[in-house]
Amino acid sequence: MFEQLSGKLSGVFEGLSKRGALSEADVTEAMREVRLAMLDADVALPVVREFVSQVRERAVGHEVLDSISPGQAVAKIVNDALIAALGGAGAVPLNLEAVPPVPVLMVGLQGSGKTTTSGKIALRLATRERKRVLLASLDTQRPAAQLQLAQLADQAGLRAQGLVVSLPIVAGQGPVEIARRALDVGRREGYDVVILDTAGRLSIDEALMAEVAEVRKVAQPAETLLVVDAMTGQDAVNTAKAFNEAVGITGVVMSRMDGDARGGAALSMRAITGAPIKLTGSGEKLDALEEFHPERVAGRILGLGDIAGLVERASDTLDQEESERVARKMMAGKFDLDDYASQIRQIGKMGSISSILNMLPGMGKLTQALGGKELDTSILTRHQAIISSMTSKERKTPDIIKASRKKRIAAGSGTTVQDVNKLLKQFDDMSTMMKRINKMGLKGLMRGGGMQGLMQQMQRGPGGPGGGQPPFG
Amino acid sequence: MAGFFSRLRDGLSRSTQKFGAVFTHRRLDDSALEDLEDELIAADLGPAVASRVIEEFRATRFGRDVTAAEIRETLATEIARVLAPVAVPFEPDPKHHPHVVLVVGVNGSGKTTTIGKIARQFGEAGKSVMMVAGDTFRAAAVEQLQVWGQRTGAPVIAGKPGSDAAGLAYEGVKQATEARADLLLIDTAGRLHNKGALMEELAKIIRVMRKFDESAPHSVLLVLDATVGQNAVEQVRVFRELINVTGLVVTKLDGSARGGIVVALADAYKLPVHYVGVGEQAGDLRPFSAQDFARGLVGGEGDLTVRLVDDEAATDGTAG
Repeated sequence: MFEQLSGKLSGVFEGLSKRGALSEADVTEAMREVRLAMLDADVALPVVREFVSQVRERAVGHEVLDSISPGQAVAKIVNDALIAALGGAGAVPLNLEAVPPVPVLMVGLQGSGKTTTSGKIALRLATRERKRVLLASLDTQRPAAQLQLAQLADQAGLRAQGLVVSLPIVAGQGPVEIARRALDVGRREGYDVVILDTAGRLSIDEALMAEVAEVRKVAQPAETLLVVDAMTGQDAVNTAKAFNEAVGITGVVMSRMDGDARGGAALSMRAITGAPIKLTGSGEKLDALEEFHPERVAGRILGLGDIAGLVERASDTLDQEESERVARKMMAGKFDLDDYASQIRQIGKMGSISSILNMLPGMGKLTQALGGKELDTSILTRHQAIISSMTSKERKTPDIIKASRKKRIAAGSGTTVQDVNKLLKQFDDMSTMMKRINKMGLKGLMRGGGMQGLMQQMQRGPGGPGGGQPPFG
Repeated sequence: MAGFFSRLRDGLSRSTQKFGAVFTHRRLDDSALEDLEDELIAADLGPAVASRVIEEFRATRFGRDVTAAEIRETLATEIARVLAPVAVPFEPDPKHHPHVVLVVGVNGSGKTTTIGKIARQFGEAGKSVMMVAGDTFRAAAVEQLQVWGQRTGAPVIAGKPGSDAAGLAYEGVKQATEARADLLLIDTAGRLHNKGALMEELAKIIRVMRKFDESAPHSVLLVLDATVGQNAVEQVRVFRELINVTGLVVTKLDGSARGGIVVALADAYKLPVHYVGVGEQAGDLRPFSAQDFARGLVGGEGDLTVRLVDDEAATDGTAG
């Protein structure tokens, strides 16, 4: 579903790229797709509306630079606006500028990940900043919640030379009492930070919201962190609003960023509370807590991949003149094996194929399907060797390569006749593919399956089943 | 039951009043349809269902003046139609002693609480229930289920923290079979559906318990949090593919979440929805009713018109 949408999106951006300047109608159409993509990523509706109207304003009449296509220009505007909406590039650290013990209050819905996050933050502060952290659970609602935090504190304490400790559990105490006791112990025993983990509560539960407001009044926390599940749907906006109104949020922690949700809730959080996302949780282990990078989530929300990065990398590494020379030859239908060898060298310079694929929109899934294995690029090295063993005439007109020439080339390159056959077959496919790119752009290539064909061959590797043609001729 | 219904409706309609608020009375043109489509998607109904509803409106009412009541009626009918086939109550097969239920879901969806509530309901109905504390990973998860065991009187089979969940499940099926229990509820650690190794562990739990009882588990319940957005579709797809989920439980519907995702899921997978959770009490875990849910989702009669007017102002204020 997401692949479909992000495919649709890049299709829209691609369609725009055929024009010299963007008309209002082009932008409106593109913005409709952007809006759908955002809603599909669970960005809250009011946030989507605001966002789209801002982007439209910036995109209409945007002059297109010679080097970048209009589609990419729009993609860049969208991407930049997303990053800005998420709080600008760069991470925002926790604010612990207060007289120790610095109180940190954790709030959120049931099951959003408050307790685990509390343990993670404690470990992080203890190991990175050598802070002494006291963890206190104010959750008197859920069975064994206090015990859960105590166990997490033990685990963190073991890993941080006893710098993390939990407040002893006293049965029968209410949340406000526990908060007072925690701060008192924090002061008397010289802790740097006191983390107050509260019970999960629904934003509509007035009694419980009043209770957490009371805790806040007593504790006067330096940070009040709202923990939000990255998978949250449209409800994120109600939650953020309610908690912000009741207790005043100073920061957001997005949990379960290791899922495959696109995390539109992150965008809603920032827009609604104005509070920055400070940390993200990405796993069940206590050290799975990271700083928040708006630029990464921006790409994820739109499913755009890292086009900008790819363009940068390409322009850094590709020999512009050489590429243009090859392109001209392709246009004239004179793409030969010398050009192919030159292309192989260029691909090699850009880095691994799968890292390039990862940067292409919609291709992430494809590389995931490979199970994280690196594609077998030895086939490209082999091709280079084979081409090196050809005469200049053979490279220019591969059609003349028949049986005896194949035997000689195979012997010269340390390969087999089948390998030579495979190369020739692939060269044929390649040049067809190159022509198609030329005619229809990247989209045509994907539709035509050229890239998949090459990928399949790399997955099978040389000599794999169905890898080549029988060595006729 | 009336209390339950109004609770469900209160929970659901809190934000869904907006359906009507888009246009209390307005000509149904392209821009109106677009607004309505937005609202449907924003209610987590999912793009497919939203666009089908829009097409129905376009075909029958395009260009007409419509009222909020008309919109509600059509929406409720359409949604109830999608939901009706999946409103299947959970009924353990009395032939099995025990009927083995494996409860799965992502972290924090409410598996343990759901198990506790189911145990209480069947316990009160005179069935003998046993539970397996299969979440051996999360801190204090075992203790959490043991508290439910004390509350309900159902024996809890538990191992050491970090012990093998599959072995524990096997032990649970064995003990419950020897005790001729009616129902065995097996808790599992929360896991994200995109973690291949953890999903494989679930498959292993099933393989291992089948060494004792080939027909187990007789039900696999996937617990979903109603606040989850479109990712729920992917969650259900993956869980279903790997471990043959037989039914859904949707929790936390008493919040402000619209729960429209239930409609999207029903449309996509047609998996039975056995229970919805609408509150903290054991009795708040209720069988799923398509009509009640559909009506709750689009808002009922009565004071709704008043709320619509209020809400319209509120929407204008925030949408900018």
